[in-house]
Amino acid sequence: MEVQHKSKFSVIIPTYNERLNIALIVYLVFKHLRDVDFEIIVVDDGSPDGTQDIVKQLQQVYGEDRILLRARPKKLGLGTAYIHGLKHASGNFVVIMDADLSHHPKYLPSFIRKQLETGADIVTGTRYVKDGGVHGWTLMRKLTSRGANVLAQTLLWPGVSDLTGSFRLYRKSVLEDVISSCVSKGYVFQMEMIVRASRKGYHIEEVPITFVDRVFGSSKLGGSEIVEYLKGLAYLLVTT
Amino acid sequence: MKHIVKIMTLLVAVSALWVGLLQTSIVPQSHTWLLPIYFVVSLGCYGLLMVGVGLMQFPTCPQEALLLQQDIVEAKQYLKQKGVDVIPTDVVDA
Ligand SMILES: Nc1nc2c(ncn2[C@@H]2O[C@H](COP(=O)(O)OP(=O)(O)OP(=O)(O)O)[C@@H](O)[C@H]2O)c(=O)[nH]1
Ligand SMILES: [Mg+2]
Repeated sequence: MEVQHKSKFSVIIPTYNERLNIALIVYLVFKHLRDVDFEIIVVDDGSPDGTQDIVKQLQQVYGEDRILLRARPKKLGLGTAYIHGLKHASGNFVVIMDADLSHHPKYLPSFIRKQLETGADIVTGTRYVKDGGVHGWTLMRKLTSRGANVLAQTLLWPGVSDLTGSFRLYRKSVLEDVISSCVSKGYVFQMEMIVRASRKGYHIEEVPITFVDRVFGSSKLGGSEIVEYLKGLAYLLVTT
Repeated sequence: MKHIVKIMTLLVAVSALWVGLLQTSIVPQSHTWLLPIYFVVSLGCYGLLMVGVGLMQFPTCPQEALLLQQDIVEAKQYLKQKGVDVIPTDVVDA
C-alpha cells in the first residue's frame, strides 16, 4: 500500500501465554505493513510459558526499535495493559489488537486507509456487516452475541454495529482521553470505550473484519460473562 | 444528559400521549387501555425478531480459517529459518 503521510502507528498487543501466537502475529504485521512507519508494543504480564523469550528473539530479527517489550510482573488485566502500552507509544495513532490471531493483521491497511480517507478519530473493526464475519463459534455463542448486540443497540444507541470487538485504531490523544474514564473489565470494557467515545462526539468509522476463533492457546476470559455484561449495560445507561 | 434520562423522557412523553388519548377518548377507551400491553408485546417481538434474523444471517467465514492456516505455515517457516523457536516445548506438531 502506498502511503505518503507522516503518521506513525503504535500497535499495542497485550499478551498472556501467547508464545506461539505472538511470533506469528509479529510476522504477519510486518508482512502487511510494508511502507508504513510503525512500532509494535508487546505488553506481557509475566507469562509463565516464556512469551517474553520469544519477543526478545523477535527483537533480534526485526530490531529493538520496531518491537518494544514492555512487560509487567504479573497478570493485571487487559484494561491496564492498554494504558501501560499507551505510555510507551511514540506514534500519533495507536492500534489495539489481540495476539491470538482472531484479529488478522491483513486488515491493518484498511484501518489506515479508512482513517486517511475520513479523518476519523477512531476506526473500529466490525464483524457484523457485509465482508465481515466470524468463524468457529458455536450456536450458543452466536445467540448470546446477537442477543447482547440487539439489547445494547436498543438501549444505548451507540452508532456502531460491533460494540464488543477490540480490533481498533485510535488517534493517540483520543485513546488517552477515553481510556482514562473507563473502569469496566472484560467485554464491557470494549463496549464502554466505544460508547464513551461516541458520547464525547468523536468521529468513529467502521471497517469490516473477519474473526477466526483462536487456534492456539486458551481463552483468558471466563466466569459469569452474561451477568457481567448486563451489569455493564446498566452501568453505561446511568453513567454515559 | 445521561442516557437513562433520555430514555425516561421518551417513556414519559409516550405515557403523556397515552393519558391524553384516554381523556379525549377519540379512540374507544377499552382499546386505549390495552395500548401499553400492545407496546410491551411488540417491543418483545421486535427483540426476538432482530435476534432471530441476526442469527439466520450471521456472517460466517470458513474460508478465512483456511487462509489463516496457510499464513501460519508460512510464518512458522520464516521464523524457524530466522532462528526463532516457535515450536512450544510441550507441543509436538507436524
Ligand atoms: N497483558 C495481558 N494480556 C492479557 C490479559 N488477559 C488477556 N490478555 C491478552 O488479551 C488478548 C485477548 O484475550 P483472549 O483470551 O483472547 O480473550 P478473548 O478474545 O475474549 O477470548 P477468546 O474467545 O478465547 O479468544 C490476548 O492477546 C491475550 O493474550 C492480561 O491479564 N494481561
Ligand atoms: Mg481472543
